[in-house]
Amino acid sequence: MPISPTAPPALRTEAVSKHYHLGSSVVRAVDQVTVAIAAGEFAALLGASGSGKSTLLNLLAGLDHPSAGAVYVGERDLGAMSAAELARYRRQTVGMVFQNFNLLPRMTLEENIELPLRLAEVEHGERAARVAAALERVGLKSRPQHRPAELSGGEQQRAAIARALVNRPVILLADEPTGNLDSASGRQIMELFRELNRELAVTILMVTHERALAESYAERILTLQDGCLLPPEPRRASEGGPA
Amino acid sequence: MKPRDTIELATRNLREALLRNSLTTLGIAVGGASLVAILSLGVGLQRFASKRLARTGLFDSILVTRKIDFRGLRHLARAPAKPPQPSRPLDSAAYAALQRLPHVTEVYPQIRFITVVQFAGHDYTTAIAGVPDVARHSDAFTGMEGRYFSGPQAAEAILQISLARQLSAHPRQLLGRELDLRYAERQPLPGGVGGFAIVPKLERLRIIGIISTHPVFGFGGFLPGRVFLPQRLAEQLRVAQISDLRNVVRGAGNGRNYSSLTVNLASPIDVPAAEAAIRRMGFRAFSLQDATRRLNLVFALFDLLLGLFSSLALAVASLGIVNTLLMAILERRREIGVLKALGAGEPEIKRLFLMEAGVMGLLGGLGGVVLGWLLGRGLNWGAAIYLNHKDLPVVQVSTVPWWLALGAIGFAILISLLAGHYPAARAARLDPIEALRYE
Repeated sequence: MPISPTAPPALRTEAVSKHYHLGSSVVRAVDQVTVAIAAGEFAALLGASGSGKSTLLNLLAGLDHPSAGAVYVGERDLGAMSAAELARYRRQTVGMVFQNFNLLPRMTLEENIELPLRLAEVEHGERAARVAAALERVGLKSRPQHRPAELSGGEQQRAAIARALVNRPVILLADEPTGNLDSASGRQIMELFRELNRELAVTILMVTHERALAESYAERILTLQDGCLLPPEPRRASEGGPA
Repeated sequence: MKPRDTIELATRNLREALLRNSLTTLGIAVGGASLVAILSLGVGLQRFASKRLARTGLFDSILVTRKIDFRGLRHLARAPAKPPQPSRPLDSAAYAALQRLPHVTEVYPQIRFITVVQFAGHDYTTAIAGVPDVARHSDAFTGMEGRYFSGPQAAEAILQISLARQLSAHPRQLLGRELDLRYAERQPLPGGVGGFAIVPKLERLRIIGIISTHPVFGFGGFLPGRVFLPQRLAEQLRVAQISDLRNVVRGAGNGRNYSSLTVNLASPIDVPAAEAAIRRMGFRAFSLQDATRRLNLVFALFDLLLGLFSSLALAVASLGIVNTLLMAILERRREIGVLKALGAGEPEIKRLFLMEAGVMGLLGGLGGVVLGWLLGRGLNWGAAIYLNHKDLPVVQVSTVPWWLALGAIGFAILISLLAGHYPAARAARLDPIEALRYE
């Protein structure tokens, strides 16, 4: 889906920094990063290990607090939100996908996907339909009663995406979603992201270190190096990736 | 998160570490059982004591007397302006009015007098006492040889063993035999003139019982009886008593006047209201309610001490909850991180862990009540064997009333929630990023 240049940003940061103190030295995990992700955009955040990608993603998810600068979702400053508002933001506005899936092993897929609905206090009667729809969307309609250990890595990640989507978020933040998958499964996940981005207009920011995948599917590539954002590398997925 | 979801997730989490959580819950149950068993002993003994005291007729009775002005001449000299008000007589009208008060089961005068009984041609001077109907349901005549009065006016007598031994070397053989009661009957003078005549009379009584103790019923009086008659029969004899002379002097006429009346009520609970009503009627009233209240206070303190000591077991068991939940936090660190990433706030995480503690407390409390009740049954069983062996009446030493069962469950839940507070707060404060990194 082409992004209008005037589209309001779904997420933006203003000179956001995250510093850690290790004894007398200061680690600048994220340093003065200013970036805007437009609503409906599919962006990839590239960088070597330890470049600060995941830290920036956690700042955008409201899981971490910046040392300096600000993170905005729409017009709201995450730094000005209370703990309860941040929790509501994570429940209703963003969905998160992790490299190691983070499905709860003792729950079935259905129960895992139902968790965000429980947290959002969605009515009991409505939950089954929403879980079924999310499972259908990721192609796991026939496996609601399976436990994560009974699924392949790709299936587990699809289930994790279903869990992230079930509360109908407008932003999906994915931290190395293909990092633990073989290349075929990785491509399936990327296809799913593209589908969600195009059909549901979900804004996607994906952290990865796989440049080829990022260039194939993301509309824009952001690169972090030692906590700093490098000059932009605009790309269109249709230019180089599989259509 | 809705309460139903919190409960579902908490019970699911408890099932995941079934053995560990069951052992912790068992610890709570044992603590609860000790609390229930020990307090049930306190309750059982209190009930036993209260029941025995209630059956003496002392705690459900009120002694009613006239208001008499005892101020002397010296007092009159100091305050001559206000003469004493005439007090209301304790007569037949007062008797009837007392009978009409709510919850009154019986009103009776104390009938005690000294007279002569004749048996086998010999005279014996002894004390006679009227026995009110309420004594039938008390412990007063428990263990008596023979039987109780066949009716309130039956010409029957129960003898105290000391008199029975005087009458015969074999007291049991007196049962069914007759003795003559000689007494002075008070008869009104003809023409409604004040005063009365004394007429010697004789009443033949069948001996139906012999009692070894000195039976207590109501306030009794100072004179221990040795021949007991049914109250109504004793009243019908119209035996001249010292108070009759006083009434003649006071010009009270020939109607019945009582020096005191005992009002018996359905329950000790009814005593305060009846006592107040009697005072409003213009009489003096005396009961042992104050003594009862003090007795209850003593038992309440006794129960409190027992409760405190037995709560220690529950307090120790609650440490198990702290340990179990801290272990759970360690094991479920990543899960807590996931929940936070999915939008759970600190209150939701805290409630989840507190719910787990509360469920363990509830199950432990329920188990404790059942175990405590079983322990109490065991104590009753053991006590029954011992008392039977000693030829004593069997007593229920342990009682688990509903309030004790509910209180023990509530206390177990409360202790568990308090114990769960620290682990729950710790879980809620976990940094989600560190928790998600945890392997």
